[in-house]
Parts: sequence; C-alpha cells; structure tokens
Amino acid sequence: MGEWWTTVPIGTSMGNYEASRISHATMSPSRQNNYVSMYSLPLSKSSYSVISAFCTEDNISPCISYINQELDSLGLSSICIEASSPGGAGLSAVPALNAMYELLQIHRRNMCTLEELEKEQLKKTSSLEHMQMNNSRLKDQLELSIREKSGLHETERQLQLKIKTLQSCLKTEKDEVQKLQNIIASRASQYSHDAKRKEREASKLKERLSQLLVDRKDKKLAIDVLNCLGRSDGRRSHWKTAKATASHEGEMYKSLLSDYEASQRSLMLENAELKKVLQQMKKEMIHILSPRQSSSRRATADDTQEQVDSDGEEKAGDSSRETLDQSCEHAREQLTNSIRQQWRKLRNHMEKLDSQASQVQNQLESNKEVIPRETHDEEMERMRHEVQQCKEFIHTQQQLLQQQLNTSFDDETAALLNDCYTLEEKERLKEEWRLFEEQKRNFERERKNFTEAAIRLGREKKAFQEDRATWLKNQFLNMTPFTDRRRCSSSDGHSALSIRSEPEMRISSTNTQPAKSSTYATFSTPKPTQSATVPSTTELYRTLRLIPDSSSSRHSNRGFWQESSTTEDGDARFKSKSRVRCGDLSIFSLGEDENSLT
Amino acid sequence: MNFSEVFKQSNQLCKVSPDGKYLATCVQYRLVVRDMSTLQILQLYTCLDQISHMDWSSDSLFILCAMYKRGLVQVWSLEQPDWHCKIDEGSIGLLSSRWSPDGRHILNTTEFHLRITVWSLCTKAVSYIKYPKACQKGIDFSRDGCYMALAERRDCKDYVSVFVCDDWHLLRHFETETQDLGGLEWSPNGCVLAVWDSCLEYKVLLYSLDGRLLSTYSAYEWSLGVKTVTWSPSSQFLAIGSYDEKVRVLNHITWKKITQFEHPATINNTKAVVYKEVERRPAVGADDLSLHNITIGTTLFNTQSKYEICPPPVQIPVVKPDPDRANPKIGVSTLAFSSDSRYLATKNDNMASVVWVWDMQNMSLEAVLEQCSAVRCFQWDPRRPRLALCTGNSKLYLWSPAGCVSVEVPTEGGFQVQSLNWHCSGDSLILLGKEQLLKLTETQRTLEYTSGLPSHTHLAGNV
Repeated sequence: MGEWWTTVPIGTSMGNYEASRISHATMSPSRQNNYVSMYSLPLSKSSYSVISAFCTEDNISPCISYINQELDSLGLSSICIEASSPGGAGLSAVPALNAMYELLQIHRRNMCTLEELEKEQLKKTSSLEHMQMNNSRLKDQLELSIREKSGLHETERQLQLKIKTLQSCLKTEKDEVQKLQNIIASRASQYSHDAKRKEREASKLKERLSQLLVDRKDKKLAIDVLNCLGRSDGRRSHWKTAKATASHEGEMYKSLLSDYEASQRSLMLENAELKKVLQQMKKEMIHILSPRQSSSRRATADDTQEQVDSDGEEKAGDSSRETLDQSCEHAREQLTNSIRQQWRKLRNHMEKLDSQASQVQNQLESNKEVIPRETHDEEMERMRHEVQQCKEFIHTQQQLLQQQLNTSFDDETAALLNDCYTLEEKERLKEEWRLFEEQKRNFERERKNFTEAAIRLGREKKAFQEDRATWLKNQFLNMTPFTDRRRCSSSDGHSALSIRSEPEMRISSTNTQPAKSSTYATFSTPKPTQSATVPSTTELYRTLRLIPDSSSSRHSNRGFWQESSTTEDGDARFKSKSRVRCGDLSIFSLGEDENSLT
Repeated sequence: MNFSEVFKQSNQLCKVSPDGKYLATCVQYRLVVRDMSTLQILQLYTCLDQISHMDWSSDSLFILCAMYKRGLVQVWSLEQPDWHCKIDEGSIGLLSSRWSPDGRHILNTTEFHLRITVWSLCTKAVSYIKYPKACQKGIDFSRDGCYMALAERRDCKDYVSVFVCDDWHLLRHFETETQDLGGLEWSPNGCVLAVWDSCLEYKVLLYSLDGRLLSTYSAYEWSLGVKTVTWSPSSQFLAIGSYDEKVRVLNHITWKKITQFEHPATINNTKAVVYKEVERRPAVGADDLSLHNITIGTTLFNTQSKYEICPPPVQIPVVKPDPDRANPKIGVSTLAFSSDSRYLATKNDNMASVVWVWDMQNMSLEAVLEQCSAVRCFQWDPRRPRLALCTGNSKLYLWSPAGCVSVEVPTEGGFQVQSLNWHCSGDSLILLGKEQLLKLTETQRTLEYTSGLPSHTHLAGNV
C-alpha cells in the first residue's frame, strides 16, 4: 500500500518525461500496474488537475507511445492506442477504450487477489495470536507442574523424615518395653522370691506355733461328748492296716474303672451312631451317584478312566461294608476312604451338574434368541385372539343370563321353559315306566306263583277227592257197628288236608278254568247227598275248629290271599289293596306295551 | 404362692436339713429347729455364744454350731435333745468348721490355716492334717462322700492330698503344676479333680482320682485369670469364669474348650430374650400422706416392678472397675448350672444387675435378666430349670424358660431379700432378709402358671 503512495511522488516529481520513462521501463509489472491503475481512474478530462497531469496538450504523442509501450509490456500488445490524427491532440477512441477496459479488468482482478491476501493475512495473524496464547498457557502449566513437583518432593522428604523419627521413636519404645518387661520380670522374680521367703517364714512361724501349742499342752483343746455315737453306716471303726490301704486302693481303682467303662460305653454308643450315619451317607451317596454317573459317562467320553476308578471304589466300598461290622481298624480305614472317595465323586458330580446347569442356562438364553420373533408374535397373537374369544363367549353368556333374569317371560323363553317342562315330564314318565316295568315283573312273578299254586292245588284237590271218596266210603261203611272208632281215626288223618281245601275252592272260582269248574261241579254234586245224611265238610271242620266261622267264609270269595291269611283284618286289607294295584299295573303295562310298540 | 409369717434370724444362718424335713435357724446364741411344713418349733438349743456358723450333718440328725470368736463348736442332736457335744479348739483359734460327709466327724480349720483338726464323734479321736493351703476353695468332698481333696502348701509348692473319708487314710498325695493354687473341685461323678491357679495366672488342671494329670487348660497369659470354676451336674461340662468377662466351657472327653460365652455390654443377639425390670412408683397423692397411711407400713413406698422384653440391641449398664484397686470388680464370678445341666446362669461383676442364662444344648444365650439393682444371689430350683434371684429389695424374681416374674413379698415393714435357699423338693423357698426369714410355698406352679400368660407379666403379692 505504501508503495502505491510512494510511486505517486516519484511519478509526479519527474519533471522530465524521458527520465520517468526510463525509470518506468525498469519498473516491476506490479508497480506499473499500480501506476497504470492510478492513471486509469482520473482519466476524465474534467477531473484531472493540470499540475499532476501525466498528459498535457504538448506531450500527447509521447504519452501515447509510452502507454503503448506500457501496454506492450503488460502483454496487451494487440491493443494499440493511436492518435486520431498524427500530431493532433485527439485519440482514436476504440483502441483506447479497449485498453482501458483491459486495464480495468486487470485492476479488478488485482483488487480481488489483494483482498484475498489481506484476508489470509488476517487469518494468519489471528492464528498466530492463538498460538502465542496457547504457548504462554502451556508455559504457565509447565511452571505450575514444576512447582507442584517440587512441593511433592518437599512433602515426601518431610514424610521420610517423619518416618525416620517415628522409627526411632518405635525403637525407643521397643527399648522401653523391653526395659519394662525386664523390670517386670525382675520385679516378679523378686516378688516371688520375697513371697517365697515370707511363705517360708510364715510356715516356720506356723511350725513354731504348733510346736509351742503342743509343748504348752493346751488344756483347752478338748472334745466333750455326752456319749459316743455309732458310725453312720453302723460299722465299727477299724485300725489302719495294710489291708485297709489295699482295699482303699482297690476301691479307688474300681470306681475309676467303672467311670472309664461308663465313658467308654457312651463313646462306643456314639461311635456306633456315627458309623451308622456314615454308612447311611455312603449308601445314599452310592445310590445317588451310580445311575446318574453312568448316564453322564455315556455323555462324556473322557470319563472312562473315572469309571474304572469308581468301579474300584465301589468294590472297596462293598468290601468295607462287609467288614464294617467287625469294626477293626482296617475296615474303618476302608470305610473312611470309600466315604472320602464317594464324597469326591459327589463333589465332582455336583460341579459337573453346576457347569451343565450353567450351560443349559446359556443354551436356553441362546435358544430364546433363536426362536424367531415372528412365530413368537404369531403365537402371542393367536393366544390373544383365543383369550378374546373366550372373553366374548363369557360375555354373551353373562348377557343371556342377565336377560333371563331381567326380562319377564317372553314367548321365546316360554317356549324354552315349555321345552324344559316337557323334558322334565319325559323324565318323570321314564321314571314311572321304570317303576311300572318293575311292578309288572313282580306281577308276572306273582302270576307264575299263582299258577304254580293252582297246579299244586289241582293236584291236591285230586288227592282230596280221592280222600273224600275214601272218606265217603268210610261213611258208608260207618253203617257197620264199628263206626265210631273208625271215624275217629279217619278224621284225624284228614285234618291236615282240610286246611288246604279252602283255597282249592277259591282257585277254582278265580281262575274259572272250565276244566276245574267241571271238577268242582263233579265234586259238588255229591254234597247235598252228604248233607242230608252226614254233617257237611264245613260243619265238620267247624266242629273241629279248623276253619273260621261264617264271617270269614263270607270273605272267602274275595280272594285267595285273604283266606290263606288266617290273621287279622289289617293284613287282609293290605293284601287286597295290593291285589287292586296289581289290576292297575296290568293296565299300565298295557300302555307300556303300546309305547314299546310305537 | 403362700408366704409364711416372718421369723427372726441372725447372721443369715438358716438351713433346711438335707432330708428336707426341718429348718434350722440361729437367733443370736439360740438354735431353733422347726418343722419345715408347719414351721412349728420342734427343738430349741442354747449355745454358749453368738453362733457364727451352723450346718446340718448329712443324715439330718445333728447340727453343728460354730462360734469362731470363742474357738468353740457345739453339736446338737435332733433325736436326743439332751445329748450334747462341745469341741474347744483352744488358744489356736478357729477359722472354719464343717461336717465330714459321714456326719460323724468335724473338720475344724484353725487360724492361720495352721492345721485341720478332725474330730471324731464316734471315738472322740482327734487327728491333724498339717499344711492346709489358705485359698479360695482348698477343701472339697466328692459327691458320694468317699473322698476329700485338700490343697496343701509345703516348701512353696502346691500339693493335693486325697483322703478316704471313711478312715482318713491318705490315698494320694501329689504336687500340682500351679504357681499358686486357687481352688479345687471334684467332678460330680467323683473321678476328676479340677484344680485352678490363683487369679494371677489362667491355668486349669484336671487330675484323675489317682493323681494323674489328665489335661491342662490355659486360655491366655499375663492378665488376671480364673475367677470361678463350676462343674455341670452331669460332669459333662466344666465352666470357667474369668476376669476377661468370659465363660469358657470345657468338655469331659478331650478337656478342650467347646465354646465361650461372652458378656458384651451391648446385646445384639436376636435369639436371646432380654427381660428388663421396670420399676414403677405408685403415685402418692397429698391426702394419702396422712399419718395413718404412713403408720400402716412401708409397703406404701414399695415400688412395683415388672419385666419388659427389650428388642435388641440392648445396652447394659457397665461399671468400670478401678484399676488401682486389688480384686477388681470385673469378670465372671458366679456360675450356676441348672439341675438338669440344661442351663447355665452367670453374673459378670461389672454388670452387677444382670444375670445371663445360657442354653447348654445350643450353646447360646437364652435370656438376660436386667434388674434395677445389683443381683445379690441367684439359685436354681433343685428339681426344675427355674432360677430364683434377689436383689436386696422386697421382691423375689423367678425365671424359667417359659418366662420371668417378679413377686412382691407382702410383709409389713419391708422385707429385704438378701439371700434365698430352695427346699430340696423345689416346692418352697426360704427367703432371708437382714434379720428375718420367711418361707415361701408354692400352692401352684407359679412359673408354669405364668407360662400361659405373656412371659413378662408382673405378679404381685399373693398369687
């Protein structure tokens, strides 16, 4: 910048064109540029001052040539300013303008570069400043750390000093302690010595005292007993003899022995208990270990060695178990050894399990990652859906229930209820059918019984008729003089049969079988003839008190049961009722038959 | 509970006969024998001077009354009231007097421990045992009464002599490895003799009956050592209380330490129950302070107390002993096993108001009884695991695994329980005051009764 200004005076100071020209010719291009730019600006005629003017009316042509030269040197040789008229003051405008334009362009470019350079310089200066600041800071830091270091050194030194003093203190203290200990020891020894001396003196005094007492024959020393007591154990006191001494010894040893025996017994018991526990433990260990180990062995190949070992151990264990009861030392050793081995095995096994567990855990964790998220999600979605469905289902059910509770019986529910009722009725009917069937079965059975009884009765009737025939014969024969005696015997013989005669009649009436009725008829025919001559059977029975009187006979035509039961009315009523029901049953059974058909 | 009326006694001399039938008390120079159940006076004997010691013979037939100042011992027979016996130790003086286990010999220790004189009531014979050692417990009879162990000192060395009580035959005589023998005690089965050194050295030696050294135990060196030693009734444990406020328990097989019970000032053990006695003074209104009420007796001023269960941690009051004085009040000085050997009660001297009960099965602290004042005396029920203790006030305290009660002694004029003695049946208790005594009979099992209640219930007066 400064240069720019300085050129101006140079240029202006040049009084002489020639000299300036030469000097300008040697100028650097930048200077020329500046020079040119300086003149390119105030080119308007109105603005330039005469004093500082480069070109005047007089020197146009040298100016032009100079400028051309300059332009040439600038590399703008193509442009050549010419005077419009040789020797005239005017310029041809086009080349001059072109040259000016070119110059202006160059100037602008230069200005731009200048600006950039200025900026760069600014930047550089700022960075420089920054650097300087940094530098100073670092210098400060360095100084500080150096100072710190020295401080630390100082403290270290001080501490070392302290340690030294403390060590010396400790040493002195130790010495002190040693000294004190020595003092204590010496005092203790002195004390013990003195104590011993005093004790000796005391014992001497005691000796002397007792001697004196003995010498003085202390009269006061006495026992005054009214009469001597017997020993508490009732024995008499005895002299001290060697035998007594021996017996005392013996007793002492006896008591000692018994004590030892007792303690030994208790120890034995304890030992046995412990052994039992050990054995139990061992057994359990073997039990626990054997199956799993085998499986684990299968799993891991490198366990074969161990397998061999464990087999050996088991053998040892077995043998120890055998010999354990002998409780010799050998066995004990074996037992403890085997227990120890088993325990080791168990521990190994546990460790293995632990590691396996951790592995499994890891696997599980990895598996979790392996399971694709989509399937998981799908599953979840499905489950959610299901849950939703279930919820809906429950909800509808609840709603229905609510409806049923809330609303009065509308048609639908009425129909539903009806359905319910019919169902119920059906159930009831079924139940009744079952009952009827049962009753029917009963009835059939009864009928069967009845028919059987009828058959039996028929047979009996036949027999009765025969009897009667014989009896009639006897009646006829009664006309003979030995009547009375014979009749007696015969009535006796028929009494048993007579009981059954009544039902017989009834059966005939109820069954109303033509064959039987006919027999009845045949049977009845002889009756009137008999009644005329001899008392009727009924009469006879009545006299013999074998059948009830007329009232019962009146009942007789009602049915077989009432007659057979010779007991009271209640029973009879019950029976009759049952019979009535039987009749009903038959009706029902018919219905059932119909049902079964349909 | 039933409280009898109050009787006079002096010098805390009151003993129940070994068979439990009679109660002998001394009042000045008179000896009164009462029936235990009715407390009726059965016999009354008059001695020559104020009685300073009284003891029953093992067969409950004779009573020994010693008058130490006069050097006299008088023996009375319960069966023959006119029978009398007087033993005069003469100018040599009398320090202590005791029965031999057979009840037919009296062992008098003369002054300065010059000798022990053995007087036979059967033959009037007298024999001397020289050189008895003056120590904490220098003489002990085995439980079965067969043997007597005696600590002796000759030529500045400790010896133990074992005598057969039957005829005072010297069975064994051996030197012990002690600096200064402090005491000896037979195991209850009579086969092991525990011998311990004086407090200057922690050393416990175990000798067999025949004088063989079975084992030696020493917990530490230099500082003050053994304070007390007690066998469990089963002979299974040997508990050693020492100045370091610990109790060490040795087993009877290896004679090694099984466990040690510490007595910390702060109880953090959550398994132990800490019973704390809480006193409550009844509020006395101004109108109550009329002359009438005061004349009624001091019961008005008696405080009521009850037990509270404190949750851990519990801080226990500790008195720091004066280091300049001899026999510092620190360490475990009292040990007592329950009759079934299940529990051990201990008292640490610098925590005088606290009794510790340890479970010997689990080897753990079972209960801690913190009293308001220093515990004077505690004793186990001879039949049940039940501990009775007194603190010199008008209350009796009982502990059992079921709980803890305090019982007020309902007497006029304030009965201060200084000491107590169980009857051998465990059904009654003799409470000794300063000048009085009374019998306390259980009409129902108090503690079993309280076991149904919350364990810290206070039962006052006539329960």
